[in-house]
Amino acid sequence: MKPPPFTYHAPGSLGEALDVLAGTGEDGKVLAGGQSLIPLLNMRLAAPAHLVDINRLAGLAAVEVEPGGVRVGALARHARVERSEPVAAAQPLLRQALRLVAHPVIRNRGTVVGSLVHADPAAELPAVLALLGGSVRLARRGGTRDVPAGEFFTGPLESAAGPGELAVSAFFPALPPRSGTAFREVARRHGDYALAGIAALVGLDEDLRITAARVACVSAGPVPVLADVTGVCGHRPPASADWAAAARAVQDRAEPEDDIHATAAYRRHLIGVLAERALRDAAREALNA
Amino acid sequence: MTTKLFGEPVQRREDPRLLTGRGRYLDDLGPDALAAAFVRSPHAHALIRDIDVSAALDVDGLVAIYTWEDLPDRLAEPLPLLIPHPALTHGRTAYPLARERVRHVGEPVVMVVARDRYLAEDACALIRVDYELLKPVVGVEEAAQSAQLVHDDVPGNVGAHLVQEVASADGRGAREVIESAPHTLAFRLDVERSASMPLEGRGVHARWDADDSSLRVYSSTQTSTSVRMAVAAKLGLPLPKVEVVAPDVGGGFGVKIMHPWPEEVLVPWAAMLLGREVKWTEDRREHFVSSAHERAQVQFVRVGFDGGGRVLGLEVTILHDHGAYTPYGIIVPIITSTQLPGPYRIGSYRVEFSSIYTNTVQVTPYRGAGRPQAVFCMERTMDRIAAHLGLDRTAVRAANFIQPDEFPYDQGLIFQDGRPLIYDSGDYPESLRMLKELIGWDAFPEAKAEAAREGRRIGIGIGCYVEGTGVGPYEGGHVQITSDGRVHVSTGLTSQGQGHETSFAQIAAAELGVPLERVSVVTGDTRRFGYAVGTFASRAAVMSGNAIALACRKVREKALRIAADALEADPRDLEITDGVVHVAGSPHASVPLATVAVLSNPLRYAFDEEAVRATQFAGGSSFDRPPVEEGQEPGLEGRDYYSPIRSTFASGMHAAIVETDPLTAEIRILRYAVVHDCGNLINPMIVEGQIHGGVAQGVGGALYERMVYDSHGQLLNASFMDFLMPYATEVPRVETAHLQTPSPLNPLGIKGAGEAGVIPVSAVIASAIEDAEGIPIDRMPISPSDLFGLRRAAS
Repeated sequence: MKPPPFTYHAPGSLGEALDVLAGTGEDGKVLAGGQSLIPLLNMRLAAPAHLVDINRLAGLAAVEVEPGGVRVGALARHARVERSEPVAAAQPLLRQALRLVAHPVIRNRGTVVGSLVHADPAAELPAVLALLGGSVRLARRGGTRDVPAGEFFTGPLESAAGPGELAVSAFFPALPPRSGTAFREVARRHGDYALAGIAALVGLDEDLRITAARVACVSAGPVPVLADVTGVCGHRPPASADWAAAARAVQDRAEPEDDIHATAAYRRHLIGVLAERALRDAAREALNA
Repeated sequence: MTTKLFGEPVQRREDPRLLTGRGRYLDDLGPDALAAAFVRSPHAHALIRDIDVSAALDVDGLVAIYTWEDLPDRLAEPLPLLIPHPALTHGRTAYPLARERVRHVGEPVVMVVARDRYLAEDACALIRVDYELLKPVVGVEEAAQSAQLVHDDVPGNVGAHLVQEVASADGRGAREVIESAPHTLAFRLDVERSASMPLEGRGVHARWDADDSSLRVYSSTQTSTSVRMAVAAKLGLPLPKVEVVAPDVGGGFGVKIMHPWPEEVLVPWAAMLLGREVKWTEDRREHFVSSAHERAQVQFVRVGFDGGGRVLGLEVTILHDHGAYTPYGIIVPIITSTQLPGPYRIGSYRVEFSSIYTNTVQVTPYRGAGRPQAVFCMERTMDRIAAHLGLDRTAVRAANFIQPDEFPYDQGLIFQDGRPLIYDSGDYPESLRMLKELIGWDAFPEAKAEAAREGRRIGIGIGCYVEGTGVGPYEGGHVQITSDGRVHVSTGLTSQGQGHETSFAQIAAAELGVPLERVSVVTGDTRRFGYAVGTFASRAAVMSGNAIALACRKVREKALRIAADALEADPRDLEITDGVVHVAGSPHASVPLATVAVLSNPLRYAFDEEAVRATQFAGGSSFDRPPVEEGQEPGLEGRDYYSPIRSTFASGMHAAIVETDPLTAEIRILRYAVVHDCGNLINPMIVEGQIHGGVAQGVGGALYERMVYDSHGQLLNASFMDFLMPYATEVPRVETAHLQTPSPLNPLGIKGAGEAGVIPVSAVIASAIEDAEGIPIDRMPISPSDLFGLRRAAS
């Protein structure tokens, strides 16, 4: 469990980092929190020729609450985002999800943007970005681009970030008025990747009738699976909405698979149970908003 | 015992060191040593056609590459079969490096030595082994039926087959009794693989002193003395030229009683050849695929019983998955088959096991060592009987208990030590009474009904066990009091976190009447004590604890005799308090043990002030007697051994309340209660810690841990990401009550406690889930996904 040889780069500025990444191309890998990359290296499951450590780029650690949402820099650790009150006020789903990400020690090192770029469909944050319709800002030498969540996750452990590109920040839209969110999951042990998980958002109109009901499913397909069940819930007050029907609609969208921890049938069942629970929770939050 | 220390909850003296990073584990040693790494088989079953190392030769820092063909003499032979048994007709062990054929993923094929571990692994990655694939044999039932053989000369893949039968009082065999019983049941049970998984893996560091022709080996082992003998034998070295030391060991749980591991002989051999320190530290993936697993069994049960739930006849047939080799013999299935009757008087009992080879990691004892499977079998049987008859589960158990006036109770079986399995002591009815009170057994139906009204499902479960502990053949203790008044205790068996530095010191302090702070304890260092067996089978306190007590008594007797001379008193009138020998009732007539130690060693040379008293012109010694009298030795020290006639049998009963989520099928342990009887307690805090850790491992076995092999013999979950050990968040608070029925077999009246906590947990959790769900639970571990599947199948 020792990594194969690699060239270590520790750029002191963003420009320098982008130069190095441009030079290394396919052979370069960005090191931020290292909570996924280091084990992959140690088990020799990944063998990049160049490791580009961005931990000296202090400017990338910013967490900014803007009128439209929360912008999280590439070096912002999970723990910092989780504990930020302004972030929780602007978009409560982030804290709800981050509390379920692994363990405190991992959250102290791991980064939000790193988790997005790692693009594990069993992880919480890709589902959050997908549900909220956020985006990832990718920088390369000579330019930047914002990639919407719907285009960012391209497959299991695959994202739109290309060779030579550095994900410098992610943007999570703020919670609209009269809206609520919830994150529900079942994991084998506290902090494990979820067997199934649901991020939910419910929005109400001025008469407190449902105008939006959407979920994103974790561990339900190659990328976060989105389901808009607004139609199923109808424009009814949450108390009279058919949440069970909504949950069934979510189940129909999911494509879970068997693995050593759970059968696909059990995961599909969980998705239904959790979707109903999460939607009800989110609706309650919306009523309290 | 003049100082009240035995039985006190003294805080562990080793903890400040171990918890603040000042422990000295294997990988802390030899920072400049060369590093060994291994090319291990990626295939479960294959012939080795060729090994091409040429690409690895260019790695900068490479020192050596070894394959089986390089091994000399006895190193080229298969590793020892440690515990032969007549029923193990086809015992097979591995070569230190694979010879022509590999039989499980992870088997070592090539050893690489390089300047550091990184480079050694780089070289390993460049070595090409050409394999010819053979069909792997995976799964114990498949192996028992397969025409494909793990070893060509082991027909049917059966390594061992053993039957033990105890006839009923009127001489009838179990089968006959079951046929004529008023009620009979037959069912099948499954227990999956798990493993010891110590925090620190295995590791070996070896240093060859060419000038002295001597070898020092450090190994993260549970038996330094036996590793020493194995290394000396394999390398052809005189025993006095080999020292083996177990440094701080970060957990063993059984896997490190296996020895010699290939690495334990290969690393010292390389150190001798190269004249350099060589070290190998096992990584976690290696531990998963190259050490040992345990637990996997399939059990077929037939039981006959009367209307009161009394077991008239029990027949159990066990298929035991032994993996690819049997270096530790058939100890695990022997323990399963002999500990299965537990605290019960079984009318007649027949048990048969077949130990089956598969192309998987070998099976050697893991904490509990076959007992969790035995208790799962017996306790599931008790619950089935209760369900069949509509009786309370505790009533069925009580109807079968051996009674307190029946000890010693002979179960009529031959135990793992080759001796009759005779229970020495216990009080099972009282244990049950205490447990029912602790968990609130009788009030539970009300709580269950109340929960049901809230839409919640809860269930209560119980499990009882008897554990043979403190197996022989022996352990020894050496106690020396030096002229500074310090007490040096050593014993040969090793420590891997049990708190021996504390509990053995408590014994010595209590026996000698000295403050605890003056006592130091050394274990597992062959330089200090060469004769020992090892730390396993809940034996350290029983074996070394008693040996140290006996050695202390020798020292005490000698101290009193010398002090009596000095004080001109009768030794029978003397006491030792706080390290001072004094005449009972007259504290001024006294002499410190430090001075006694000086006087015990007649000197020619006064090396310090104190020593003057022992020199030839100091007076005090009679001209009529030699300075060291006949039959005496200089020095205030003593050595003694404890060798029991047979094992002593601890016991316990656990109960749990679980909640199962009606929708998600998640399983949560709400309460966990333990009544435990290990005889006299040396340190109740340490015993409770042992129970807590054992229960935690038991929860792992019940709800989380399994080794997932696919049909190719690949272990799919060889990492801590996918092999699920419970975190603190998954382990319940353990409520404990102690019952103390002293063992009549040893001077201290103690029984072992190390494994107890883990033994009944799977049975208890299964019992509780079954109670909550109303679905038979006959396979462990059980996951939410499994429970969901059972619910679907039942509805």
